[in-house]
Amino acid sequence: MPVTRDATLDWMKRFAGEMAEHRAELVALDTAIGDGDHGTNMNRGMTKALEKLDGAEQADPGAVLKTVAMALVSSVGGAAGPLYGTLFLQMGGALAGETEVDLPRYAAAWRKGLEGVQARGKAQPGDKTMVDAMTPAVEALEGASDLDSGLQAAVQAAEEGMKATTPLIARKGRASYLGERSKDHQDPGATSTYYLFKTAAEALAG
Amino acid sequence: MKKLINAPDAVLQDALRGVEAAHGDRVRVSYDPAFIVRLDAPVQGKVGIISGGGSGHEPMHGGYVGPGMLDAACPGEVFTSPTPDQMTEATKAVDGGAGVVHIVKNYTGDVMNFDMAAELGRSEDIEVETVLTNDDVAVEDSLYTAGRRGVGVTVLVEKICGGAAEDHKSLKEVADLGRRVNSAGRSMGMALTPCITPGSGNPSFELGDDEVEIGIGIHGEPGRFREKVGPASQIAERLMTPILEDLPFSEGDRVLAFVNGMGGTPLIELYLMYGEVAKIAGEHGLSIERNLIGNFITSLEMQGCSITLLKLDDEMLRYWDAPVNTPALRWGA
Repeated sequence: MPVTRDATLDWMKRFAGEMAEHRAELVALDTAIGDGDHGTNMNRGMTKALEKLDGAEQADPGAVLKTVAMALVSSVGGAAGPLYGTLFLQMGGALAGETEVDLPRYAAAWRKGLEGVQARGKAQPGDKTMVDAMTPAVEALEGASDLDSGLQAAVQAAEEGMKATTPLIARKGRASYLGERSKDHQDPGATSTYYLFKTAAEALAG
Repeated sequence: MKKLINAPDAVLQDALRGVEAAHGDRVRVSYDPAFIVRLDAPVQGKVGIISGGGSGHEPMHGGYVGPGMLDAACPGEVFTSPTPDQMTEATKAVDGGAGVVHIVKNYTGDVMNFDMAAELGRSEDIEVETVLTNDDVAVEDSLYTAGRRGVGVTVLVEKICGGAAEDHKSLKEVADLGRRVNSAGRSMGMALTPCITPGSGNPSFELGDDEVEIGIGIHGEPGRFREKVGPASQIAERLMTPILEDLPFSEGDRVLAFVNGMGGTPLIELYLMYGEVAKIAGEHGLSIERNLIGNFITSLEMQGCSITLLKLDDEMLRYWDAPVNTPALRWGA
């Protein structure tokens, strides 16, 4: 089953739901090695994104993602606003005009999004950031033979990538100020990215 | 959590209403997007100066909007950088035809949002120069960190650039002066207690009753190390030594010494610390030409202080002394 506008809307609603539900968890993770605002910011941004999605009709999956991007950029601030904003903006641009998105095009959109995130944040895999969950998940999508199994593999890869941030020393963002003391904490950005893939699988798998 | 707030999500909006009620005779408050701007902006022919950052550091930046300092300030949510639309609208509001300087503290989020403001291309042919502050010696500046944080020197950059802009210096001259001030300034901070953001409701880190945290940032980030609390003279030494060694400051240098409170420390302790700082500066042969003591770049209710030393030249001194008339900093006006 291809990715449609309605499925993309469902994906974003589920992601907003996870950000509300896990707000405290993300705040706790961010308090340990950052500034403690990640859950609050993502919840505020996705609440705003749902308002924008409700306020106007989007023609296709790309338009849905672009609407979310602009809402995040103008309401989140911090690092998460520009990073998630750039991700959805790039994905939306890659899918412009497509009403039914198949696996290769969906994976290619994720690749564009990941490249955008890396260009914005200058992070490499291993820096203890959202890139550590996103990179293996995007690779899993690219290596899959159909959308359903690709999404399942991506969730698993994102979860492993997220957990693998725990022993790392942060090299980007506020956690990098801590040096060695950033070890033994799971990265909050990698955690919210895991929820993004988890909800993608729930909403988009047939 | 006990705080003088109505609701955690409404802190910024409610605080801006207070600013408007108090200073509506000299600043205009825009709520969406949020920024505070001089009532007489744009001043024709003058370089506009804007800054912005997360809230919770008051009086920075909103308290510095006025003649002789900032033309506008963009407040983000507590400890969260503002968004690109705020900077874009503020830039338009202060452009008097001579260009606009953005003063940006070096934090991942602040830098990315100011970058996006420029990229989204909504600044409509306004020339913008960015001055990045990164004076915190507690952070190692390397490829493997986000780089040094912008802290105390930001207040000095805003004042000195503001004076130069008022003197009708060009965009490039004002920005270059701001960069020179940043390069000549060094800071380090410490905490006696963590702080609590309204959004989280919990202390930003755990600190024992008998411990101090050395090398903290201004967002409740823990610091370089913690140790048992010692006398103020020892704490001053802990902060001054890395500052003096880093620039390095040397005998005969003329300096501005700035002892800043983190929000919850009484002035009597800040003056006591200033006495220790002046003593150490004297021992190193520094000549303190100007000083600033008080709560100017804070971290909510955190107890503690930061020390900033700026190596002065004649131009910096002239614009530091120039008249300034803002809610939080005022002289000669």
